Amino acid sequence: MKIIIIIFYFFLSFNNLNAESTVIDSGKIFKNLRCLICQGQSVADSNSDFAQTIKLVVRDQIKEGKTEKEIYRFLVEKYGEWIVYKPPLNKGNSILWLLPYLIFLIGGIMIFILLKKRPNG
Amino acid sequence: MKKKIIKTSITLFFLFITLVFFIGLNKNSVYDTTNLVGEKLTHINLNHFSKNLKITEQDLKKNNFNLINFWSSWCGPCRDEHPFLLRLKDENNINLLGVNFKDKKNNALKFLREFGNPYDLIAEDKFGKNSVNLGIYGIPESILINKDLIIIKKFIGPITEEDFKYIVTAINK
Amino acid sequence: MISNFGNTILFISAFLSSFIIYISFKNLKEDKTVLKKNIYQLCLLQSTLIILSFFILISAFITSDFSLITVYQNSHTLKPLLYKISGAWGNHEGSLLLWLIILTVFSFLFLVYNNNHPKNYRLYTLITQNFLILGFLFFLIFNSNPFSLVSPIPKEGLGLNPILQDPALAIHPPLLYIGFVGSSIYFSAAISSMLSNYQGKLFAQSIKNWVLISWSFQTIGILAGSIWAYYELGWGGFWFWDPVENASLLPWFAMTALFHSLKVLEKRNLFYFWVIILCIITFILSVTGTFLVRSGILNSVHTFANDPSRGLYILLFLSLLIFGSIFILFKKFQLNDYRINPNSKETFILVNNWFMIFYLITVLLGTIYPIFTEVLTNHKVSVGPPFYNIVIIPIVVIFLFLMSIGPNVKWIKNKFENYNLLIKILLASVLINFSIVFLFKSYSLISNFIIISSIFLIISTTLDFYKCIKKKKFNFPRLTSHLAFGFMVFFIGINHNFSFEKDFNLRLGDKEKIENYTVEFKNLNLEEFKNYKAIIGKFIIENYDKKLNLTLSPEIRIYENPNTLTYEASIRSGLLKDYYITMSNIDRSEYYNVKFQKKPFMMWIWISVIFISIGGFIRLFENEKKNY
Repeated sequence: MKIIIIIFYFFLSFNNLNAESTVIDSGKIFKNLRCLICQGQSVADSNSDFAQTIKLVVRDQIKEGKTEKEIYRFLVEKYGEWIVYKPPLNKGNSILWLLPYLIFLIGGIMIFILLKKRPNG
Repeated sequence: MKKKIIKTSITLFFLFITLVFFIGLNKNSVYDTTNLVGEKLTHINLNHFSKNLKITEQDLKKNNFNLINFWSSWCGPCRDEHPFLLRLKDENNINLLGVNFKDKKNNALKFLREFGNPYDLIAEDKFGKNSVNLGIYGIPESILINKDLIIIKKFIGPITEEDFKYIVTAINK
Repeated sequence: MISNFGNTILFISAFLSSFIIYISFKNLKEDKTVLKKNIYQLCLLQSTLIILSFFILISAFITSDFSLITVYQNSHTLKPLLYKISGAWGNHEGSLLLWLIILTVFSFLFLVYNNNHPKNYRLYTLITQNFLILGFLFFLIFNSNPFSLVSPIPKEGLGLNPILQDPALAIHPPLLYIGFVGSSIYFSAAISSMLSNYQGKLFAQSIKNWVLISWSFQTIGILAGSIWAYYELGWGGFWFWDPVENASLLPWFAMTALFHSLKVLEKRNLFYFWVIILCIITFILSVTGTFLVRSGILNSVHTFANDPSRGLYILLFLSLLIFGSIFILFKKFQLNDYRINPNSKETFILVNNWFMIFYLITVLLGTIYPIFTEVLTNHKVSVGPPFYNIVIIPIVVIFLFLMSIGPNVKWIKNKFENYNLLIKILLASVLINFSIVFLFKSYSLISNFIIISSIFLIISTTLDFYKCIKKKKFNFPRLTSHLAFGFMVFFIGINHNFSFEKDFNLRLGDKEKIENYTVEFKNLNLEEFKNYKAIIGKFIIENYDKKLNLTLSPEIRIYENPNTLTYEASIRSGLLKDYYITMSNIDRSEYYNVKFQKKPFMMWIWISVIFISIGGFIRLFENEKKNY
């Protein structure tokens, strides 16, 4: 019985990993771009002239075969980092990306020390 | 001693945060792209408004200074800045490139007939796609660049008397 | 007239607060062990007066008394009555009055309900709380006075922002304020506990119900905001990681950590200073949130009109809070020697706190990071959903597993016996997950982990429920909240992976095929309503396989006061899925931009969150029962 389950599991997980798509989802890109003339809306959520233009350009670039990253890089170059909701992981933004995990690590170590303190028995 | 260091550093940390908040209060929270000054424009490839021609970097490199102005007949504030553009036309050291943005050709021509044509060159951007390449996010918007296509200043919104004076001094230095 | 009256009341309240502080200090020095009678009366009077002034403001809104600036700027004679009333707290000044109501009412109730605790502890709490009240009263009177006059008196008001004219948003602020303004009382109690050296179990007992109340209301308040965002903003999402949303989530994390730790303090008399720190952090985060929202320092969907002087005042207040509490904490802090067995409930609660603090720091950092980059490097960045998702979600997976095991661990010393059972549950979760993948649709690796871990939590909590009923030893509050949390994560995971949205441009009469649906733009009508005009579209959605035939009617509303367009989504909610459609006009074109979405299990996400908070309320009633 167990063996059958394990086989089933592997079959499915293979199926699952295989299905990861390679098509770029334009909707996802729009959600990750800020509409510069709106109040806190993404390009996906806005219907302004600006958002429509960006949508056209992004769709064109996907057709040209650009990757998601290249599209973000292009737009950052043109409008600044403000346009992407995901700040690029570079030297400047390393505090943002690494500090949470650093704190997590420190918290773990603190708990560990606290528990270690207790005498045996 | 060790305790004192910890206490001082915690206090300083919070002091730092409050200070940053305090300075942040006086900053403008509305974003604009003026921080792109000093960047170089690349990959310029615009369609000529009336002829079957391309306008590229070469066309801009010929002039000491260029003002790229995005306009449209349906844009109200474009009318406000028009007189200043006409006055800039009289300046020798600058080339005015007008990019007609998401407009109908007839309306655009009517607009120019009515208010005058300040541009040395006119390009068209029918779907607005070229505006992205130039970092435009709303019209009217104008970019002042030098011979090397480096951005000297961005004018977001209509050009005012003050902006006009700024351009005149900048190009006659 | 009304304004004079309102103003007078505010001044009297400020005077009262000072008097309460004075009389409490006097009472402290006296030898008697009981509080002076008149302190109760003064506190009752104080909260009554503030409530009275709030009713005065509401009546000014109802009668459209435009001599008050606040009413003039936020109301209009043609507005429906409900929104005239809710408009009273739908603006900066009025909402501060709501703040004050909660500060004073909680202050009074805490005093009354804790009469079995020592005099000095109660008095110091009262004094601290009244300093807070005084601070807010000054802010209200001198900077954001709801009773300020405008002259000459305008004939008509400017109207309330139409997207705020909504029932969910009418109840959202009061709920949320009970939550995070309510945290003021345990902030005061924490300060007082240090000043009066009233520590340990008894202190924990005195504040635990207050923490529960604020946490439960905060949960419901966040939900009301989310539901509102879902149908009113018209984008189909319910959480945008917007600074204002984050501001409500930050105290929630702190409160959650707090009432878990409070349990340890109550049962085992451990973590006293940690509890104190959490009490302080919760309220400080609430004020920080207010600062971020009201000062206009951040760019957000929900902007109040910004005014730097407001921000300055709140910042001043905030720094007084921070440095005041740090000062007292440094004076009183002692490193206690804790002896905890690594395999015990204490440890697991500590681990819960560890994760909560991680979430808290991540969200806080993401929210204020743009301020720092701008101030320090003059460079603007946006931190949005991708950041939070990438950083937080992997940690949530581990968190859910620990959340399944933790509650069954015993105090002091535990022994794990049922490794086998855990493996079986894990296997079952994996199987269910892959059945979903196999039968319906595959999704990313991280989604697999999230769904497996949430199912793990659901199964193990359900088993606990079963065990509880068998042993007749109930712990429904915890089980309800934990189970609901598991379901919430599960449904969000499924919703995220099985939603689809498609936007396209249609003219009247056009049809569009999406997957196996067709959306037809059938009709367009202009209708006039009391305070707006609406362009109402009629869309027919058909699905040939399942014989679905739906008519949805999204609207574009044109409000004149103030002059705004709003886009109203049309939603067909169901138990299994919501169909969601919005339309918006495209400038200079006959096309309309239509967004069609299918969102599975939306209803269940709402229900799960309601049950998370119900768990808190059940615990509250249980605690009350034990007391009598």
